Formats: sequence, C-alpha cells, structure tokens
Amino acid sequence: MPFPGLFNYWIVVILMMIGLYIVIAHGNLVKKIIGINVFQVSVFLLYITIGKVAGGSAPILDQGIEVYSNPLPHVLILTAIVVSVATTALGLALVVRIRNAFQTIEEDEIDQQEKTG
Amino acid sequence: MLKKTILRVVSKFLIPFVLIFGLYVQWHGDFGPGGGFQAGVIFAAAFILYGLIFGTALLRRVLPSKVTRSFLVIGVLLYSGVGVFGIIFGGEFLDYSVLARDPLKGQHLGILLIELGVGITVAASMITIFCAFAGRSPNRLDEF
Amino acid sequence: MVVTALMLSRIRDLFAAAILCGIYSLLGATAYVVMDAVDVAFTEAAVGAGLSTVLMLGTLALTTDKEIITPREKRLPAILIVLFTGGVLFYGTSDMPHYGDPVAPVHNYVAPRYILKSDNEIGIPNVVTSVLASYRGYDTLGEVFVILTAAVGVISIIGRREGKAKTNKINRMSG
Repeated sequence: MPFPGLFNYWIVVILMMIGLYIVIAHGNLVKKIIGINVFQVSVFLLYITIGKVAGGSAPILDQGIEVYSNPLPHVLILTAIVVSVATTALGLALVVRIRNAFQTIEEDEIDQQEKTG
Repeated sequence: MLKKTILRVVSKFLIPFVLIFGLYVQWHGDFGPGGGFQAGVIFAAAFILYGLIFGTALLRRVLPSKVTRSFLVIGVLLYSGVGVFGIIFGGEFLDYSVLARDPLKGQHLGILLIELGVGITVAASMITIFCAFAGRSPNRLDEF
Repeated sequence: MVVTALMLSRIRDLFAAAILCGIYSLLGATAYVVMDAVDVAFTEAAVGAGLSTVLMLGTLALTTDKEIITPREKRLPAILIVLFTGGVLFYGTSDMPHYGDPVAPVHNYVAPRYILKSDNEIGIPNVVTSVLASYRGYDTLGEVFVILTAAVGVISIIGRREGKAKTNKINRMSG
C-alpha cells in the first residue's frame, strides 16, 4: 500500500473523535464549542482529502497544466468555514447570555440551579 | 483605550495595507485564490484590529451600528438583486449570461457583483458580531 | 494537528485552549495548501485562526477562563461512546478510495465538466470562484443568508443592550 493511502482518513477519524469527546465529556460550554470547532475542522479535512487528485494542481486554470484537483469539495468547504464561524459566534453569544443569567458556564452548576431555583 | 504606543503606531501603519489587501482579494478572486468570503473577513479584520487597539467606542464613531447593519442587508440585496436582474433581462434567477451582450462578459460581471455582495455581508456581519461581543461590559448582569 | 487536538481536550485553562484552537486552525490551513485547496486554506487562516480566536477571547473576557474538572465517572461513558464510534468509522474508512486516487467516484461526476468547460462558459481562471458564484449560485446565496441570520441572531441575543446599558447606568446613578 502506498504511503498516504488511507492515512488521511485515519487522522480525520481521530480528530473527529477528539472533538466528539470534548463535546460529550466536558461540562464547560466554551469548551464544548471548541470541541465542535475541532470536529468541524476534521470534516473540512475529510472533504479536502476527497478532493485531492494525485499530481494535480490547485484548480486555477492555466496553460500547460493538465490535472487539477476537484474544485467542488473546495467550494462546499469554503462556504462551510464561513458558516462555521457564524454559528460559533452565535453559540458564544448564547454562552455569554447564559453566564449572565446563571453566573456560571458549567453545565452541572446550571442543572443544579435549575433544580433548586 | 490602550496606552501601548508601539501597538498603536504599528496598527495605524498596518490597517491601510490590510484594507487594500482585502480589496485586492475581493477584485482578484476570479484570477487567483480569493473572493468575497475571504475579502470580507480580511476587511472586517482591519476594523476589528482598530477596535481592539483603540476601543469599540472609537470604532463605533468610524462605523456606527446603523451603517454596519444596513451594509449587512445591502450585501444580501445586491446578491439577490443580481439574481432578479437575470429574470428581468430574460434569463433565469441568478443567470448572469444575460447581464451583458456577450455571455462571458455577463458571467464575469455577475460574478464580480455577487462576490461584492458576499464580501459586504460577510464584512458587515463580522464587524457586527465583534462589536456585540466587545461592546458588552464584563460581568454585568441582566435584570430579568 | 492530532497533538494540538489532544492538548485541547486535556487543557483546563480556557485562555490557552482558545489560543490552541487558533493554532489548530492554522495547521489545518497548512494541510489544505498541501492538498491544493488554496482558497479554502485562505479562508481557514483568516476565519479560523483569526476571527474565531478573537471571538473566543471576547467570550472569555465576558465570562471566566477557568474550567472545573469533569468528574471521572462522567468521562467513562464518553470514552466508550467515542471509542465505539471511532471504531465504526475506522472500519468505514477501509472502503474509501485512496488519497489522490484519480478514478475515485467524486472525480467522475460533475467535477470534470466544471474544469473542462468553465473556461468557455464562464471565462475566469479560478474554477473555485466560478463554481461558487455561478454554477452553485443558489448555494452561495443561501450561505449569505445564513451569515446574515447569524449576525441578526447575535445582535438580538447580546447586541441590543448597547444603547440600553447606558440608560440603565444613568438610571442607577440618578436613583
């Protein structure tokens, strides 16, 4: 098997699982958003990996270049990145509001306050 | 406002170049890497740098929230307006070939315009989001 | 990148985590350049490494930058779920086409058409731009609306007090 082979996908899976772990296991809301970011970047990486063609160059047309990488995944991810920052901003805004209302950004403490209050 | 002289001088020096680079990325998106999304972010980054160094109050004097909010909508309207123009000139929604006599020129014009729309919206929304975060004073509580 | 991500999951200081997040994005951008996605790398470097970090730091300034440690008994199920999902995904990768394989299904559908014909149909060299703006103009329009909506959402969640905060302060001073 040639070296890169499936290696990129393994990296993607590992990153994805780290992101998932952060989202599940951490109670801190900002940390959860960071976890979502890690997850998102791994998905971007997956798409870009799929788009790569061996020996191809960046998809900007020019004379003398025959093989280009696939532009379609690039387009999808380009927009996805900008949307991801927008959603991150929205999530962080919610965190700020939660902190204002509950004095904390830890999930457990919020739960407790909900029960007692 | 920060009292760091070096930061202030260097950022004053940098911001025009960042703005020019943003414009370059905006208009050269069809020849090299770049386009509305990137240009908008870079353009916004220049203003955000200004806001970080000189404080949001001054940033708001340069760009009142009314201006950013209207630009937010202007970008989207420009984009969909180009689409509607396509219909008016006898094509389909977002069909740029009919915008000029030569379909290629029309495509080029359409892409430039909608990239401009994208850039305006992205820049305005990033600045708005930044100001929303930076404009709040820390640890202030809402009265519910 | 894996090391940075692991550090991200371990670190307790949220300030350091935000900076690490920026580093992680930057490494991602480098990986995109290696895989010929210059446009994407450009965006990721500007957005992920720049803006998200600023926003995270802004949030931390408004909240707190210390995280309490999650109890161990809560972490075990998380690890189990993650290992299971990861295992399934690893099994799934064995069916994926190899890296850079030119006959992979993705490269045989609409992509060749974009590359071969866009020069005649659109007439601009950057295929990514022509696909983004022309062939998939609807998608991009949708994305722009998403961004608009997010900005409006942020304004309505935390931004609208800019004016009111001042009046509150004045009321408090006078009262």
